[in-house]
Amino acid sequence: MNEKIKKATRHTNQNEGLIFEKSSPGKRAFELPPLDVPAADPAKALGANYRREGIEGFPEVSEIEVIRHFTRLSTWNYAIDLGMYPLGSCTMKYNPRVNEFVARLDGIATEHPYQPQELSQGCLKILRLLEKCLLEITGMDAITLQPAAGAQGEMTGLLLIRAYLHKQGNPRKKVLIPDSAHGTNPATAVIAGYEVENIKSESHGQVDVEKLRELVTADVAALMITNPSTLGIFEQRIPEIAEILHAKGALLYMDGANMNALTGVTRPGDLGVDVMHLNLHKTFSTPHGGGGPGAGPVAMKKILEPFRPVPILAEKEGGRLALEPMRPDSIGRVKAFAGNFGVLVRALAYILAYGPGVRQATEDAVLNANYIRKNLEGVFDLPYSLPSMHEVVFSDAIQKKNGVNTMDIAKRLIDYGFHPYTTAFPLIVPGALMIEPTESESKEECDLFIDAMKSIAEEAAKNPEIVKTAPHTTRVRRLDEVGAARKPVLRWKPATSRSEAAD
Amino acid sequence: MRYLPKSPAERQEMLGAIGAKSIEELFSSIPERFRLRNALNIPGPFSEAEVIQYFKERAAENSNGYTSFLGAGVYNHLRSVVTDAIIQRGEFLTSYTPYQAEITQGTLQAIFEFQTLMCQLTGQEVANASMYDGSTATTEAVLMAERLTGRRRVLVARSVHPEYRDVLKTYAKNSGLHVEEIAFTASGTVDAKALLAAQKDDVAAVVVQSPNFFGVIESHAALAGATHASGAMYVVAVAEGVSLGLIRPPAEADIVAMEGQSFGLPPSYGGPFAGVIASRDKFVRQMPGRLTGQTTDSEGQRGFVLTLATREQHIRREKATSNICTNQALCALAATVHLTLLGKEGLREMAEQNLSKAQFALSELLKIPGVKRVFDGPFFNEFVVELPRSVKLVNNQLLRDKIIGPLALGTAYPELTKRALVCVTETISRAEIERFAGALKQALEQPV
Repeated sequence: MNEKIKKATRHTNQNEGLIFEKSSPGKRAFELPPLDVPAADPAKALGANYRREGIEGFPEVSEIEVIRHFTRLSTWNYAIDLGMYPLGSCTMKYNPRVNEFVARLDGIATEHPYQPQELSQGCLKILRLLEKCLLEITGMDAITLQPAAGAQGEMTGLLLIRAYLHKQGNPRKKVLIPDSAHGTNPATAVIAGYEVENIKSESHGQVDVEKLRELVTADVAALMITNPSTLGIFEQRIPEIAEILHAKGALLYMDGANMNALTGVTRPGDLGVDVMHLNLHKTFSTPHGGGGPGAGPVAMKKILEPFRPVPILAEKEGGRLALEPMRPDSIGRVKAFAGNFGVLVRALAYILAYGPGVRQATEDAVLNANYIRKNLEGVFDLPYSLPSMHEVVFSDAIQKKNGVNTMDIAKRLIDYGFHPYTTAFPLIVPGALMIEPTESESKEECDLFIDAMKSIAEEAAKNPEIVKTAPHTTRVRRLDEVGAARKPVLRWKPATSRSEAAD
Repeated sequence: MRYLPKSPAERQEMLGAIGAKSIEELFSSIPERFRLRNALNIPGPFSEAEVIQYFKERAAENSNGYTSFLGAGVYNHLRSVVTDAIIQRGEFLTSYTPYQAEITQGTLQAIFEFQTLMCQLTGQEVANASMYDGSTATTEAVLMAERLTGRRRVLVARSVHPEYRDVLKTYAKNSGLHVEEIAFTASGTVDAKALLAAQKDDVAAVVVQSPNFFGVIESHAALAGATHASGAMYVVAVAEGVSLGLIRPPAEADIVAMEGQSFGLPPSYGGPFAGVIASRDKFVRQMPGRLTGQTTDSEGQRGFVLTLATREQHIRREKATSNICTNQALCALAATVHLTLLGKEGLREMAEQNLSKAQFALSELLKIPGVKRVFDGPFFNEFVVELPRSVKLVNNQLLRDKIIGPLALGTAYPELTKRALVCVTETISRAEIERFAGALKQALEQPV
């Protein structure tokens, strides 16, 4: 074992097959209370045509086997609870446990979205307070909490813009998107019925304002900007960008994925942004859970308020709250029921824990990113030198000379006990290493990360093979992704039918 | 602040290493006039005890202590404590989307098991993991059908959940899709004649739900036959997944859009749940959302990876099959654990209990003078009754007995005033059903 690997040690973990392979008839892990009404005969109640026999291949295991199965699987995962997770753009910060606790309270988790609103005042107050907090943080006038994730928030934001422009007589045709943007931006613009026009970044990685001036025509509905950009750099000319758009009747959309750099320090609403989404599973610490659930509230200026998705949370006389289903100009619903309520609960719990002190989290996040940048500058190539906010983007240009690329370095980082940074994004940096430590890392953890990165850089120079064949310590080695895509195996099948399928 | 792991001295030390005099200096790229001078006006900071106190107070303002007969897309089912114990393991809870397969095999294998369970339940060949909920899964299924057929007209049954239809209309408005609704019959099922009349060779998809919004089970064979004859895709939405423990899966469907809430997820005032799209192998490249595939590593061991990513937004950008990125992975994991716990026998027994309780409840309600069943098609755990007076007035009276009455259908279906959608799952005891019937009888006997 390499003595430079300080954070991680090999240790035994358990092998485990698929649950279907462990199944055997007659076992069960769940018992229902006995039926206290007469048993209906399914064949009679449903008719023989509708009735199903037992589901072939469905698991049959005991409770201890279920616990062991999933616990064993869990030990094969890396997680924030185990250490630094410097995935750029993903804001993998600590997920406070009290948030999980309150989201599961009786009276919170148990509530039905169609129960009478007079019996839902607690839920509605939670939504209202979260709305107020997020409006204060963003400097916006109105908000919807309905979208289920960032990408759905983006769509909601663009539909608001579309509805507003349509009301003025012309929804327009195009949405401008910088080449550094997240892939969701162009995918969303298409769903909202817009053509995408990409804008190349200028030499410092910022939006090319002169170019923008040319591109903003009467056909342009909006610019979708990420601020700080995916390079982790603040778009310094954003007020001017807003003016250029507004002068031509277009609006400024801000992707709030990087709000962890701004919270409590500056407000998009003050910068001229018309509409933005927030990723509560990033900035506001709701757990990523292996890929969701999230929530993507959309905050907006007054002009867009009439178009918000229904239902609208409204305050009635006497402080009563109500969800109102009808608004004449609404874009409609983007999701059933009242949004990802359980996620919204967790985000509010996070905000309340910090209060105005949430600024300290932002400061620490930016401090960590700059500390890492300072210590790794020169060791790794820094393609854009403007000041970093909450994340820093290096490239593999130096290591490439020895045939080592960003993916190799990322995989080697696993051997050192860290989750990799984001690789190969943003697209404007060939061989990008996108590092976002968040505020949740101590100086000690940052130092271990810096040591690991320096050590890997040294290996890349002296012994590139060990980096190129990494990881060496994981349960599985690099997996055959090409084979997986060429002949997709997307579900388990019983052995007999599998061999039939092969014939 | 308890979540932040740095002492003031460490902050100073780090600033020193960076060569910055103050933290303010690190924000110098934000124009001075836009930097906040005052603290944000938000409540807090709260200690852990205060956070809990705040939410307990809010919980007390909700429906604690009431018995509910609401379903309509959100169902109360028994859940084992094991599910929450597993999904709260930090290794699952605080892990990201499994792009780095070597250190996320746990999540990946669990997703693979989820995909398998969803295929087994729906009778389809391939299932994704996951969509936001049943409503967006239904919408994405329609968009998938649009890509597969190159057609733009969509026929959606009015017996599909009203909010699912609303979401579909929001998405359709801007993508050039034309949505038409198909009426229901006196039995509460899709009007096959109306469907046939609306069928032309420009229809991309026919969307039905089963059990439908009225709780009635649709007969797929004829509807699917008519749909396929015109070259359209037959899309089946399933809002109550437990029904699949007892009812024949929609094998005729080209695409199934399912809500997974019934599989171990609490009602949680409407979310987070887990949507699923299941379909045929031959359509997989037009599917939205994440897929995990089995493969091998460089030493020949079995392992799992996210696959067919060329469908997705992070690779294909504006040409992607969907803009979905973050999905409902932890909810899908909860469903996987829950269904594994239930197993073959448990799911069947749960489904049978739902059927029995709903049948019993209907028979009790029909003993009340003036209460009639409206739709006569076979049902699972929901049915519609007609009351001799306004459902809202009756429900207001039931609240006095700590009963949340059935859903008034008149809001979503103006022609169905005085009709109520009753849901009875295995969580409702016989005594509660009898108490509900008694209270309803009394409410109807009150002078208006």
